[in-house]
Amino acid sequence: MSAPLLAISGLAAGYGGSQVLFGVDLDVSAGEVVSLMGRNGMGKTTTVRALMGLIPLQAGQIRFEGRPIASAPPFRIARSGIGLVPEGRQIFPTLTVEENLIATAAHRNGGAQAWTLARIYAFLPRLAERRRHMGNQISGGEQQMLAIGRALMTNPKLLILDEATEGLAPLIRQEIWDRLATLKREGLAILVIDRTVDALLRLSDRHLILEKGRIVWQGSSQALASDPVARDRYLSV
Amino acid sequence: MCERADPGDTMSTPLFVVQLFNGLQLGVLLFLVAAGLTLVFGVMDFINLAHGVQYMLGAYLAVTFYRLTGSFFASVLLALPASMVFGLALEVAIFRHLYERDHLEQVLATFGVILFLNQGVKIVWGAAPLNMPIPDILSGSIPLMEGLRYPVYRFAIIAAGLAVAVALYVFVTATRVGMLVRAGATNAPMVSALGVDIKRLFMIVFGFGAMLAGFAGAMVAPILSVEPGMGDQILILAFVVIVIGGIGSIRGAFIAALLVGVIDTLGRSFMTDMLRLVLAPSTARVIGPALASMTIYLLMAIVLAVRPAGLFPAKGRA
Repeated sequence: MSAPLLAISGLAAGYGGSQVLFGVDLDVSAGEVVSLMGRNGMGKTTTVRALMGLIPLQAGQIRFEGRPIASAPPFRIARSGIGLVPEGRQIFPTLTVEENLIATAAHRNGGAQAWTLARIYAFLPRLAERRRHMGNQISGGEQQMLAIGRALMTNPKLLILDEATEGLAPLIRQEIWDRLATLKREGLAILVIDRTVDALLRLSDRHLILEKGRIVWQGSSQALASDPVARDRYLSV
Repeated sequence: MCERADPGDTMSTPLFVVQLFNGLQLGVLLFLVAAGLTLVFGVMDFINLAHGVQYMLGAYLAVTFYRLTGSFFASVLLALPASMVFGLALEVAIFRHLYERDHLEQVLATFGVILFLNQGVKIVWGAAPLNMPIPDILSGSIPLMEGLRYPVYRFAIIAAGLAVAVALYVFVTATRVGMLVRAGATNAPMVSALGVDIKRLFMIVFGFGAMLAGFAGAMVAPILSVEPGMGDQILILAFVVIVIGGIGSIRGAFIAALLVGVIDTLGRSFMTDMLRLVLAPSTARVIGPALASMTIYLLMAIVLAVRPAGLFPAKGRA
């Protein structure tokens, strides 16, 4: 296997004086979909925030395409080719749907088939219908689509989704899983944090489980499917 | 602050119209100062008490350039980039080291900048008030109605302020940088996490904000005495404006600036007369001026009671 797209090793981080992550190791290769699972408060979102430079690191190495990005400012980390779909969607409420898509759009990394407004609207047709609405005037599901579209418009090499289906109706969830499967087929690497184990089993190539700030289990979908003990012990509420 | 006509004995219509225009003129000046303040506060969560200094410096720079060039228009045009450069120098030298600090430290440090620069201005230009003439083409007055004339120059201030407001509106609503400014006012970390250098964006905002405040100062240089500390009072009003308008909102700043300008001016002119309708004249004379200087704070209290985040809140509408 070639060097991974994203390589995190020994990541330690937290908030204020309290430490949340205690040496997280996590790799994502080009074109690979990796899921990060775990119960509430185990450090999934903290991992994303530390990776994106949104909170300071206490220790650890982060490399993207071999280049160190640990402790770089968030905009540099994003520009290296990481598209973030954050927890809680965080749509810009005072911008229209279309403005949300174009405000931070970029095409820095010279990919062949770049994401454009037209391609996003074809990929996520609900957004085309809502293009003139303000970010806070659309439904939660549409906001989630918009958050995905907004991240894709930065033409990332790695898409990170933090709880992208949380609190959404089953139909919308299914639509999102379908879209992610399409992105996977097109070769986009994805790091996905979610609680829907069944959907992750179908989508992801590998799974990692976080427990109290450490990776306690990892393996393929097959391994996870045939390991009810791991599912019971680390994922059931 | 702006000179005001003496309150008349009675509330005549011409006087009311004059004061309404005076209020509008104060309003557009407040908007020019408040626009930068609200964006800097909204985007970077940075309280800059020294923003009023930019207004004072704009006036001093205009006077200085007038002495060098002899032309009002050249002096205003030169004062704009000079104000921006000065603002950017302050940002690089002092303010950017304060963004991560808490609000109390920002207030203390920028208050120190006010004291320092008010003294600095005294050392460079002297403590005595300076002035510059109104240009010939904008001097004189035009008739509004029977027996009522209004100075051309004050109309020019209102027109220039409104023109800047329109230009700013177009900039904020129709350009990519404007979108990022709006996005940054609601969620700066997210803008950064999507690959935008928020610090550079903020420098642009800061520079423009300094320039707009400097423009306001340059515009009032011919009608006010240019003196140290002239920015302090307008700064307080500008803070009232951005709190009423909703922090981070240009539209809110515009509406609130006109409201504050008009209500403050009309309150100071007519409060005593209005009180005379319900109180004894002597009592009205005592209470009137005191109440007049409180009207905008009462307005702020009422707005905050009804809409705690201001009229057009930028944050927390997700």
